[in-house]
Amino acid sequence: MPIDPKQKTKVYWKKNLQTLVVLLLIWFLVSFGCGILWVEELNSIQLGGFKLGFWFAQQGSIYVFVLLIFAYVYWMNRLDRKFDVDEE
Amino acid sequence: MEILTWTYILVGLTFALYIGIAIWSRAGSTKEFYVAGGGVSPLANGMATAADWMSAASFISMAGLIAFAGYDGSVYLMGWTGGYVLLALLLAPYLRKFGKFTVPDFVGDRYYSNTARVVAVICALFISFVYVAGQMRGVGIVFSRYLEVPIEWGVVIGMIIVFFYAVLGGMKGITYTQVAQYCVLIFAYMVPAIFISMQLTGNPIPQLGFGGEVEAGVSLLDKLDGVLDDLGFAAYTDGRKSMTDMFMITLALMVGTAGLPHVIVRFFTVPRVKDARLSAGYALVFIAILYTTAPAVAAFGIYNAINSTSEKPVSELPTWVQTWQKTNLIQVDDKNGDGIVQYLPDPNQNELQIDKDIMVLASPEIAELPNWVVGLVAAGAMAAALSTAAGLLLVISTSVSRDLFKTFRPEITEKKELMIARIAAAGAVILAGYFGVNPPGFVAQVVAFAFGLAAASFFPVILLGIFSSRINKEGAISGMLVGLVFTLGYITYFKFISPELNTAKYWWFGVSPEGIGSIGMILNFIVCVVVSRFTPAPPASIQEMIEEIRIPRGAGKAIDH
Repeated sequence: MPIDPKQKTKVYWKKNLQTLVVLLLIWFLVSFGCGILWVEELNSIQLGGFKLGFWFAQQGSIYVFVLLIFAYVYWMNRLDRKFDVDEE
Repeated sequence: MEILTWTYILVGLTFALYIGIAIWSRAGSTKEFYVAGGGVSPLANGMATAADWMSAASFISMAGLIAFAGYDGSVYLMGWTGGYVLLALLLAPYLRKFGKFTVPDFVGDRYYSNTARVVAVICALFISFVYVAGQMRGVGIVFSRYLEVPIEWGVVIGMIIVFFYAVLGGMKGITYTQVAQYCVLIFAYMVPAIFISMQLTGNPIPQLGFGGEVEAGVSLLDKLDGVLDDLGFAAYTDGRKSMTDMFMITLALMVGTAGLPHVIVRFFTVPRVKDARLSAGYALVFIAILYTTAPAVAAFGIYNAINSTSEKPVSELPTWVQTWQKTNLIQVDDKNGDGIVQYLPDPNQNELQIDKDIMVLASPEIAELPNWVVGLVAAGAMAAALSTAAGLLLVISTSVSRDLFKTFRPEITEKKELMIARIAAAGAVILAGYFGVNPPGFVAQVVAFAFGLAAASFFPVILLGIFSSRINKEGAISGMLVGLVFTLGYITYFKFISPELNTAKYWWFGVSPEGIGSIGMILNFIVCVVVSRFTPAPPASIQEMIEEIRIPRGAGKAIDH
């Protein structure tokens, strides 16, 4: 069954949006969540010499941000190849 | 060798390097001038983006800012890095696929309106000028502190250097000098940080030393909390800002970062869409190295500063305190005449004034490092200031030559356009230098403007322009204007008209002027969507263009005209 190119583009875009939602949810949770909204609760947990909430706000969130972008690069490259929209 | 000799040698060497690169990478076409020919590798672009982004303020002031703010300083750390996630996921790949040269280009084309383009140009120019004046000032301050020349001369020398590679090389020259500047600045930042971390905690990695122990069984942060508490200050790891305000400031800085034109434009320089994604990742790695070190430097710095001065006899203060007293960055005033320094929260009793900049600038001396490290820090601070200034100047010159001249006089030749771009860059250098020498009193105040405005103006219309095909020009223009006027109005009211009311009690919903860009952004989004709903949909050609930018294939080289 030949795939309608318009349909294919739609599915590709939908998958892309799903990836974004997942990654941005994590982005929100580690920074605004762990670093700000739940900082006091997390501060009662000790991580090495850090209070956990404080660590998320000044260290952890930044590490996760870096990982998120590389996860995005990996997923999108795979998605591009799967839908045959990648660049040469 | 003397500190001064080392500083001259290291600063001189790095300047020679930058000029050498500028001559080697002269721009021959508008495409090379605007986007370095579109052929920069993702790794090089990531480094250049990091240098572009990290300004004199990041290098010199941020650690000190955090040192005195403690947990509240987290807004800068999360805000100025988290924005790259938004940039990488939501903007950079699509803008690269769009394939033109500037942010106003995108706004003007996507919203098929020269009015939208002009509004975008005005925002870009305003944001960039605010920023660049601060950088020039930074260059002048570094010169005057380390090389013992007057600030004015420092600014002029800085202007000549930037003039050289921004005006000659355009984006191509800037990109490759920024790669060199990143290496200089990160080395200069890390060397003292590593040594101080070793001295205090025995761990050479500052990010780990930050959580290390200063005495057996007592971690640095617990000790710091205790020391500050004893003196009557708030604990280091506790916040003083309200949760709402923390949230809003962080959001405004993140979204503002993603909307800054000089950062966005860097992603036009890579060859492919997937390179744009990857290079945002590299950029954040390079930025994160400094941004995860800064809070450690902050904690080490405030701990050292208090430890070596508080309750110590005035006559026996360490030599670095005496050295930096000359520059007024640290001031000791024995108010009660007991011969001992008291560091206290009450300004009437406090005898020790420490400027935030000292945490980085004096760090080599605090750690008793060799003289060449002091020279290195000077060269690093200079690299941070120059690289950011150059990136901003390019946005200014491109806005003038391309977004204004070329739009309204499309018949001009490429050669002429290139000449106008160079003249605009030269004009911008001179104007920025003027503001560096005669800083308007409000420079520090208006930095909040730059981020707030970028958040409230650009970000929503670019995002909606990519992710919604229903948003039309009426929506975009009214959204940008509402976001802009609201944010400008709020900041102006609290910073300039009634600064005495600038307290949490009078803020709307408890949001400070620093965080108001978040509300401006939300208003922009709402107005954009609502107005678009009641006005005609964009023409079919725009719908096609949106479909086109969502698919990576076919990005090719950046489109020339």
